[in-house]
Order: sequence, then C-alpha cells, then structure tokens
Amino acid sequence: MEAYISLFVRSIFIDNMALAFFLGMCTFLAISKKIGAAFGLGIAVVVVQTITVPVNNLLYTYVLADGALAWAGLPDTDLSFLGLITYIGVIAALVQILEMVLDKYVPALYNALGVFLPLITVNCAILGGSLFMVERDYNFAESVVFGAGSGVGWALAITALAGIREKMKYSDVPEGLRGLGITFITVGLMSLGFMSFGGIDL
Amino acid sequence: MKIKELLFAPIFSNNPIALQILGICSALAVTSSLKVTVVMCIALTTVTAFSNLFVSLVRNHAPGNIRIIVQMTIIASLVIVVDQILKAYAYEISKQLSVFVGLIITNCIVMGRAEAFAMKNPPLPSFFDGVGNGLGYSAILLGLAFIRELFGTGSLYGVQLLPLATEGGWYTPNGLLLLPPSAFFLIGLFIWGIRTWKKDQVEAPDYKMAPNTKPQAKEA
Repeated sequence: MEAYISLFVRSIFIDNMALAFFLGMCTFLAISKKIGAAFGLGIAVVVVQTITVPVNNLLYTYVLADGALAWAGLPDTDLSFLGLITYIGVIAALVQILEMVLDKYVPALYNALGVFLPLITVNCAILGGSLFMVERDYNFAESVVFGAGSGVGWALAITALAGIREKMKYSDVPEGLRGLGITFITVGLMSLGFMSFGGIDL
Repeated sequence: MKIKELLFAPIFSNNPIALQILGICSALAVTSSLKVTVVMCIALTTVTAFSNLFVSLVRNHAPGNIRIIVQMTIIASLVIVVDQILKAYAYEISKQLSVFVGLIITNCIVMGRAEAFAMKNPPLPSFFDGVGNGLGYSAILLGLAFIRELFGTGSLYGVQLLPLATEGGWYTPNGLLLLPPSAFFLIGLFIWGIRTWKKDQVEAPDYKMAPNTKPQAKEA
C-alpha cells in the first residue's frame, strides 16, 4: 500500500509530466490563458489518463509483449513493435467513446469538457504516460496509480500556470517577449520550483 | 520558386516552434546533448515530410469524419519504421531518446502540418512543406542543444572544447543549462530575439498601460 502512495506522490510532484518531462506542452501553453478552461482540460486529462494507462497495460501484458500470446498458443510471438500504433489507437478510440458516453449520460459534464476531449488525443502527456508505463514495467495496479497521479500532476501544473498568466496580463512585458516568450520563461521558473521536490526521497 | 519559399519560410518567418507553438515537448526534452538532438531532428524531419506526402496522396479518398484516424495511422506507421531503424542501427541513442521517438506521433508539428497543409495541397508541395517545417524545428533545436551542451558541459558533440576546471582547465560548467528549466529560458530568449528582428510577430498586448497623467495640483 505504501508503495502505491509513494508512486502516486512521486508521479504528481517529482516526475511531473509537464514540468519535469515537458509532455503535453502544446496544449499546456495554448489553453492556459484562463483558469476555467485550464481546469476543465486538466480534469479531462486526469479522466482519460486514468483509463488509458491501465487499458494499455492490459493490452501490453496480454497481447503485445514478447511471449504474451502464450495463452493463445503462440508462445514465440513478439508483437511489441506494434506498440505505438496500438496505444494511439486505444487513446483515440477511448476518447471517442468517453465523449459519446458523457454526451448520453452526463450532459452537464459533456458540455463542460466537450471542447477539450478531442484535443486530448494529440496530447503527448497521454501517449507519454502509456510509453513510460511500458518502459518502467509497471504492473496493472501500479499503472492505475501512475495514470491517475500523472494526470493530477499535469492538471495541477496547467491550472497553476493559468493562474499566473491571468495575473500577468496586466504587467508591462517587453515587446518581443509578450505572449509566448514570457510564458516560456514563467514555465521555466515553475519548473525550477518543482525541481525542489526532486530532493524528497520516498 | 514556390518550393524555395515552402522550404525556407518556416525557418524564420513562420517557425513552427517560435510562432506556431507546435512541437515544443521534444524541443525541451532532448536538447541537452547535440548528438541526440541531431538524431531527433533527422527523425522528425523524415516523419513530417513523408506523412505530409502520404496524407496528401490520400486526401481526396479519405472521408472528412475519419481523417484524423487516417492521419494518425499513417504517422504512427512511419514512426514505427523510424523507431525500428534507430533500435537496429543506433541503439545507444535510441535508449537516450527513450519515449521521445514514440512521441513524434503526437508531436503537434506532424499532425498540424498534415491537417493544415497536406489536406489541401498536392503531394509535391506538401512534401517540401514537411521538409521545411522539419528544418525550422531543427534550427531551433540545434541552436538550443549547441548552447546547452557547450556551456553546460564544455563539450560539443562529445568532444571536449572548453577544458573543465575540475580537470585542470579554466572553464567551470554551468550546471543549470543541463537542467530542464534552462530549455524554457533559452526558448523564451530565442523568441525574444526572433521577434525583435521580425517585428510583425509581436503579439498584441491584452491591456495597454495608460499614459502617465500629470499630477493633480494640490487643493490649496
């Protein structure tokens, strides 16, 4: 149990997807002008990440990994080269299904998240989560925890950045740095701040 | 002439990283050593060029509502090819790039150019647009990697250029440049540089400072 809590905290703060691995940067910079939108996107990422990482973990363990097809009588098959196309397919399909389910059963949530869901397919934090899961050999339970944790970490980072940018629009930034330039420097400072979590040993 | 424009416009005047905000993730993560960066740039340029070519070839046959899936499949297949080639011929570097080769799939440059350019243009211009945007991306990445490796470790492409103080030389490496945040600062400064040179890229401010007003004369 303790191991899971420590993995959860680690994936939120120390291995933060956005600020330590720079994943999902495009949406991170583009959708962080308003706190409301950033928070909505953050929640959507948490939901999708918590579902896709475990699903991809199951697929990897039982279909793609070397010798994983032993249960089907094919112990010598290694399909791991199909990994990338499988993960992205799973992500695209799940996002689509999630969109339809939300539309049918939870219209309020759909209206809040609707615009952000399609964006998530191309968010590299999601694909990155699945790839890290494979690279670090997480088991099923660990991948659930890691998926949720990395999603929360990303959501936290984008909401914090949106908060800073909302305040910053009143400041007098040098002409060439205005907009994108100063945002990069802000994110750099945030990333520096998050690095201080790196010293925590769990 | 058209091709020349397609090839060179994305490098400075319409740079994918500095202006279009595309493909930033890998720009930050793989630039701490020049060798790895070069491989990454070649991989990305290849994928962008060929995905643009193939997407453009099928653009009239793919129905609009499944076009994203079609593009994704093309891109993912290309990335798998690149990934397998790297694993076979440059295993060390492919280990260092870790997940970032796979992440070319979701690199917004590839998707963005497929959607914005290749869906509307014939194959040949699309191919060159892909090469051009790959070069624009490479220009920024190589610049970043050059600064980060040279001043962060005193070496370039693995060759020690500035003798380190710890080994009897004179140069004390700046460790900050090897850490993730430095990439953000450097890109921020790059953007500042490009926009000072090309004024038309400056973004409009959200709020204007009110001009200073004269201090009111005190009531007697």
